[in-house]
Amino acid sequence: MQDKELKIEKIRNGTVIDHIPSGRALKVLKILNIDENVKTTVSIGIHVTSKKSGFKDIVKIEDRYLASKEIAKIALIAPNATVNKIKDYEVVEKYNVVPPSEIAGIVKCSNPACVTNANEPVVPEFYVISTEPIRIKCKYCEREMEGGDIIQNII
Amino acid sequence: MLKGKDIITIKDLSKREIFEIFETAKEMIPIAKGKSIDLLKGKILATLFFEPSTRTRFSFETAMHRLGGEVISFADPKTTSISKGETLADTIRIVDSYSDVIVIRHSYEGAAKLASKFADHPVINAGDGAGQHPTQTLLDLFTIWSNLGKIENLNVGLLGDLKYGRTVHSLALALADFGANLYMISPKGLEMPDHINREVGEKIKVKKTEDLLSVIGELDVLYVTRIQKERFPDINEYLKIAGSYRIDLSTLEKAKKDLIILHPLPRIDEISPDVDYTPHAKYFEQAFNGVPVRMAILSMVMGVR
Repeated sequence: MQDKELKIEKIRNGTVIDHIPSGRALKVLKILNIDENVKTTVSIGIHVTSKKSGFKDIVKIEDRYLASKEIAKIALIAPNATVNKIKDYEVVEKYNVVPPSEIAGIVKCSNPACVTNANEPVVPEFYVISTEPIRIKCKYCEREMEGGDIIQNII
Repeated sequence: MLKGKDIITIKDLSKREIFEIFETAKEMIPIAKGKSIDLLKGKILATLFFEPSTRTRFSFETAMHRLGGEVISFADPKTTSISKGETLADTIRIVDSYSDVIVIRHSYEGAAKLASKFADHPVINAGDGAGQHPTQTLLDLFTIWSNLGKIENLNVGLLGDLKYGRTVHSLALALADFGANLYMISPKGLEMPDHINREVGEKIKVKKTEDLLSVIGELDVLYVTRIQKERFPDINEYLKIAGSYRIDLSTLEKAKKDLIILHPLPRIDEISPDVDYTPHAKYFEQAFNGVPVRMAILSMVMGVR
């Protein structure tokens, strides 16, 4: 990419999450617990022109590398995202996010009558029953959730 | 082998295990009728009914007593430590340490699954909210199997409120697994949800209709469910629909000679009392079958069968 096209500066060390569906960057920040207490520089591009898919969002987090659990969480709302690990301005590792086959403690069940919403000592657990589009099924009450429902219930 | 197994949804059981339950239940019928034995002597069943129940609770407790076992229970969930704010998880841990098997009914969906996580002994789901009630499905299937000798290729009509009752959903899925053909007979607005129709439609033939009389002659089994008043904003609409789905002797004029009629009970006025005296009426036998089927399950999960 030529420098004149860059709307966000390159980062020296950290993580670049690219190809986030347009409009979901803020959800990605939520998943990564990036809020007003953030201690590193975070740059966000929303509705950026993408060669692959029209428009996309992009998030660059300086001086932070993501755990595999965090990457799996991103897959729930941005299944086509790529995660780039940057060291000294170079991409040293690049992953496509892959939704896990099961998830625990990331999303809460949208069924208010589900036992996992009842102050019991369990974390909500789901089977990922479809990845495109993403659909998950509660291991307890068997409620299925997808799309916006998942995003709204991210813990 | 069901030894040590939790029974939370009907999907926890393979077809082979279900047939084993049927064979065992058949042997249990004379015992259920009063020839008590000592098969579960020294074993303790804990029944935790956080929601009211008569048939399910009585039939589990009868099953345990007929097999020589003991039952511990509470009379009223309001008097338990749950009402003091104890978690269900803690209640289960404690009750599990007092007993050999737990039967639970609770208003939370997934409560039985949660119980199975905290209990070392087998947990049997006796209904969780609008969720699963696998022993009801088993006794429904058993009643069909024991009367007609098979389930495969039978024409089974599911009648009434097919939208809200999740027990009728699990029954439909189980019947499809066994290869029965299904007739979904329901008024507009209370039809079987699409995802169930889709799932069963992949396995078997499904016919949808609002008109019972147009299909009654084809059915081997008619499974009647209650249409609840609360589902209709207009009482007159309810009365009209409920009237047109009421089974009486004239409804059965064109029925096959060996059609059997089932109903999970309680019935209000879906089936006229005249029908009780016809050979079609199997709903009381179905309710009785709760005992031998639950005897089979209890003895199998405790590993004495």
